[in-house]
Amino acid sequence: MSGARRSAFGVALAVALGAALAFLTIPIVAVFTDTSPGELLSSLGEPAVRDALWLSLRTTFAALAIIVVVGTPAAYLLATRRFRGRDLVTTLIELPLVLPPAVAGIALLAAFGPNGIFGGWLADAGIELVLQTAGVIVALTFVAAPFYLRQAQAAFEAVDPNLLEAARTLGAGEGRAFLTVAIPCAGSGISAGLALAWGRALGEFGATLMFAGSFQGITQTAPLAIFAEFNRDFPAALALSAVLIAVSAALLLSVKLVARAPFLGGVGSSP
Amino acid sequence: MRAGAALAAIASTAALGACDSGDDDELVVGAAASLQPAFAAYAESAGIDAKQSFAGSDELAAQIRQGVKPDLYAAANTALPEELHAEGLVGEPVIFATNRLVLAVPPGSRIDALGDLAEPGLALAIGDEGVPVGDYTREVLGGLPSNVSEAILANVRSNEPDVSGIVGKLTQGAVDAGFVYATDVETTGGALEAVELPRVLSPEVAYAAAVVEGAANPGGATDFVDGLLDGDGADALREAGFGPPSGT
Repeated sequence: MSGARRSAFGVALAVALGAALAFLTIPIVAVFTDTSPGELLSSLGEPAVRDALWLSLRTTFAALAIIVVVGTPAAYLLATRRFRGRDLVTTLIELPLVLPPAVAGIALLAAFGPNGIFGGWLADAGIELVLQTAGVIVALTFVAAPFYLRQAQAAFEAVDPNLLEAARTLGAGEGRAFLTVAIPCAGSGISAGLALAWGRALGEFGATLMFAGSFQGITQTAPLAIFAEFNRDFPAALALSAVLIAVSAALLLSVKLVARAPFLGGVGSSP
Repeated sequence: MRAGAALAAIASTAALGACDSGDDDELVVGAAASLQPAFAAYAESAGIDAKQSFAGSDELAAQIRQGVKPDLYAAANTALPEELHAEGLVGEPVIFATNRLVLAVPPGSRIDALGDLAEPGLALAIGDEGVPVGDYTREVLGGLPSNVSEAILANVRSNEPDVSGIVGKLTQGAVDAGFVYATDVETTGGALEAVELPRVLSPEVAYAAAVVEGAANPGGATDFVDGLLDGDGADALREAGFGPPSGT
């Protein structure tokens, strides 16, 4: 009977979803249940843990600021102009998305390390990146920027060109149309890109360790501290992990909420 | 061909994950990062089918405490295997090699003595606390006058999770010097040079291995250790610059 077959199929689908859900959530739940909440909270008071969280906050914000200031106009250009090699540019920009973090670390060293292509030039300019907080920001920007650029480009592409045209006929220059029409219309897509980029930056490990090293308060971000505490103090590693899970979940939730918010970006997304 | 090999690899990993000792010959070894060249050469020359994972000894110990069960645990010190033994997680540790802690510098470095490291503005990479190479380093610095050791520690720019991290920072020119084992310097093939430490300050670096309790292949693990004491393993260790266990 086709009905029986359909219901068997339905059961198979439900089993697959159940397996996927259990597999993906059990490890996350385990972070919170493996140690008592009191122990988690007291671990958060440890200097190494606090320094790591504070450093992660500062470096990810700095990276995001760079990404937004440079990335927003760059994404706008890619979204609104047609030129030769545009697809190639887009692909090159997206490449770090799929690079393994260790490759990103090696690549950054090869480019900006003391023995790298620009190493001598940076040294002459008095700019120190390797083993410095600035190096962490460089690594985070490198791995997280493509997430923002991609989302922002897609969001700008979805803005109705007639709106920009209307702004211009009303006397707004292109720069003004970008600031007052394009950015508000693409707001939800841009915010989603920002949240994704922040999530990626917050979780960065390999490139940071290889390019910036690991030193408490200077370059040891939360993921690096988790790795360092893993062998010394497992509850502290769990506590840091719990914080990162909570922040990541909040980010994901905010992306979903913003995407639904009618006051941001609903206008431009009409086909 | 490659897809077939990949599938076989996935299948064997899956078998491992299920704790299925389908392949009786296979040996899973968790060893200190500094043992990599010697152990790889040993498995190759003795034709041992070994899955070897190299990391910081402390990292491997933490994994064993979390229930990961390689057949053999080989650490860059004796303290970690002793601790795990006391906790009933591994069998009696056997010392199978010795090494020397040295100061590694790039060729042509101005640094040729421990005291040079106190100069302000130098950049150093050392092992993190709890990592054997980091603990040995702190032991050496502890033997210096406190103002000198504090000045040296003030120059530390990175606390690395294992020796490969220190060697990488050195070969990339990110730091001026770092403490690693003599064998690590040898592995770089001239990219780094070793500055010997004063004999009185030199810590005794002994490597101990222990069969993990509940291992799938304890027999293979015991044979592997026997080979490290006398045979292909011992040869590979000497070749890589490790000293014999009684050589201190």
